[in-house]
Amino acid sequence: MPARPHAHPDHGFLHPHPSEITPREVHDRRRDWLRQIAAGAGGLALAGWAGREALAQPASAPARPGRLAALPGARSAVAGATTMERSTAYADLTAYNNFYEFGTDKADPARLAGRLQTRPWSVVVDGEVKRPQTLDLDALLRLAPMEERIYRLRCVEGWSMVIPWVGWSLAELIRRVEPTGNARYVEFHTLADPKQMPGVASRVLDWPYVEGLRLDEAMHPLTLLAFGLYGEVLPNQNGAPVRLVVPWKYGFKSAKSIVRIRFTERQPLTAWNRSAPQEYGFYSNVNPEVDHPRWSQATERRIGEDGLFARKRPTLPFNGYGAQVASLYAGMDLKKFF
Amino acid sequence: MTAPALARLDAVLRRPGARRAVWLLCLLPLLGWVVRGSTGWAGGLGVNPAETLLRGTGDWTLNLLLAGLALTPLRRLSGLNGPMRWRRTVGLWAFAYALLHALAYAWLDMGLDPTAIVRDLGKRPFALIGFLAFVLLLPLALTSTDRAMRALGGRRWQRLHRLVYLIAPLGLLHLAWMRASKGRLAEIAPEALVLALLLGWRLLMRRRMASDLP
Repeated sequence: MPARPHAHPDHGFLHPHPSEITPREVHDRRRDWLRQIAAGAGGLALAGWAGREALAQPASAPARPGRLAALPGARSAVAGATTMERSTAYADLTAYNNFYEFGTDKADPARLAGRLQTRPWSVVVDGEVKRPQTLDLDALLRLAPMEERIYRLRCVEGWSMVIPWVGWSLAELIRRVEPTGNARYVEFHTLADPKQMPGVASRVLDWPYVEGLRLDEAMHPLTLLAFGLYGEVLPNQNGAPVRLVVPWKYGFKSAKSIVRIRFTERQPLTAWNRSAPQEYGFYSNVNPEVDHPRWSQATERRIGEDGLFARKRPTLPFNGYGAQVASLYAGMDLKKFF
Repeated sequence: MTAPALARLDAVLRRPGARRAVWLLCLLPLLGWVVRGSTGWAGGLGVNPAETLLRGTGDWTLNLLLAGLALTPLRRLSGLNGPMRWRRTVGLWAFAYALLHALAYAWLDMGLDPTAIVRDLGKRPFALIGFLAFVLLLPLALTSTDRAMRALGGRRWQRLHRLVYLIAPLGLLHLAWMRASKGRLAEIAPEALVLALLLGWRLLMRRRMASDLP
């Protein structure tokens, strides 16, 4: 959390009486209390109960850092969209990014993404749809009401964060463009402009970065097209101005700075799958039972929260979103389709 | 450089003070982590401190192994003898960073769980190679004292310590394996080039000495 959560009188949404706002410390303590229940002897059943959104009352979204333009989102009604866990500090989640278009070091994007021009910006939507179109950013921002979604993000490298995104379900867009009967997959293309993105000059991946989802995965209400985080527009290093967020898959599935969304009949050849098929599958659902060839995926380190000497925390199947998404994969061998 | 100037420089480098300065230089990375980690200065240990320490200790193990291997060629090429007196200092510090690296892996990554460590080493060749390099470093560290050197006798001691010609490539392979499948093999080009030069130079010298024999 920023050191002075109340430094900004306007937290990004309307409060009738500042006196009614729960002080951050009290609020965090309540969360600690819930976490303790969740971690306690009650085990999984109780944890499931305590973590339920029925109890989850993020009285306030995390305070706005006051760095970029405001982009408020209403609390989401989508099941599983609001985790009770503590959000990763804005400073951490904007300084530690895998965005190879700006370099392979995780500090590169924060250093080099400043030159990315996010306006004007447009996204081409084409392929197997009845209404192909090019949408400019303003049209996208107006397309559906903004929601705040507090999601866990699990990186394939073994670390995780909790991020309060702002955006709307990708399904909103998909419905409007009317996929044809042939559409079975959705492909996402990231901007690859060597003039703005120094990493594109390296051959580390085949550019542009392409990601993909099965149509039913893309239609799932948790699949988010995000335009902001922490109540503000996306910082460039986090994939401005528009990115995908698929919380039950490893982070690299969530393509950043999207310029094209294409509906296809064939399974897209995605960037990492193409680069190292034995290490990165098309699905890449978070799965503690399927190791990466070079490390275990059974545990993870929560950035900014787990102490240096703390044991890593167990990774949950589907990153903890199994209740919402496991049915998408009923009958599939997830060790084969990893 | 003129001969008298070179001799004066060498006299400085031969002083115990020079070796102590090298010792302090080798300490700097570790000191940096301790200071940054405890005070948060210069961004502390970064967003992912465990990763910073794991990578940093590994990188410095390799850096110091390469530095140690550079001292003999440096003497031959420059005529300076002083740096030869730093070999033990540099070698022991390389071992110290390797030990910290092994500790960071076992503790920060594996939670000091012996079964997890054994399972991990069994499953992942790149980790096993790093472990092997570390095990091979142990006898060198243990025989670094004057007493051990006398007990072994110069020739045998030297033969044992030639293990470093195996350890450094293993260390580099350990790192390369980590980078390769992410398409980032090019990132270790500087280390690979330096190691190739240092080992290549030795091969060349050996061949030349052999052909000089009557």
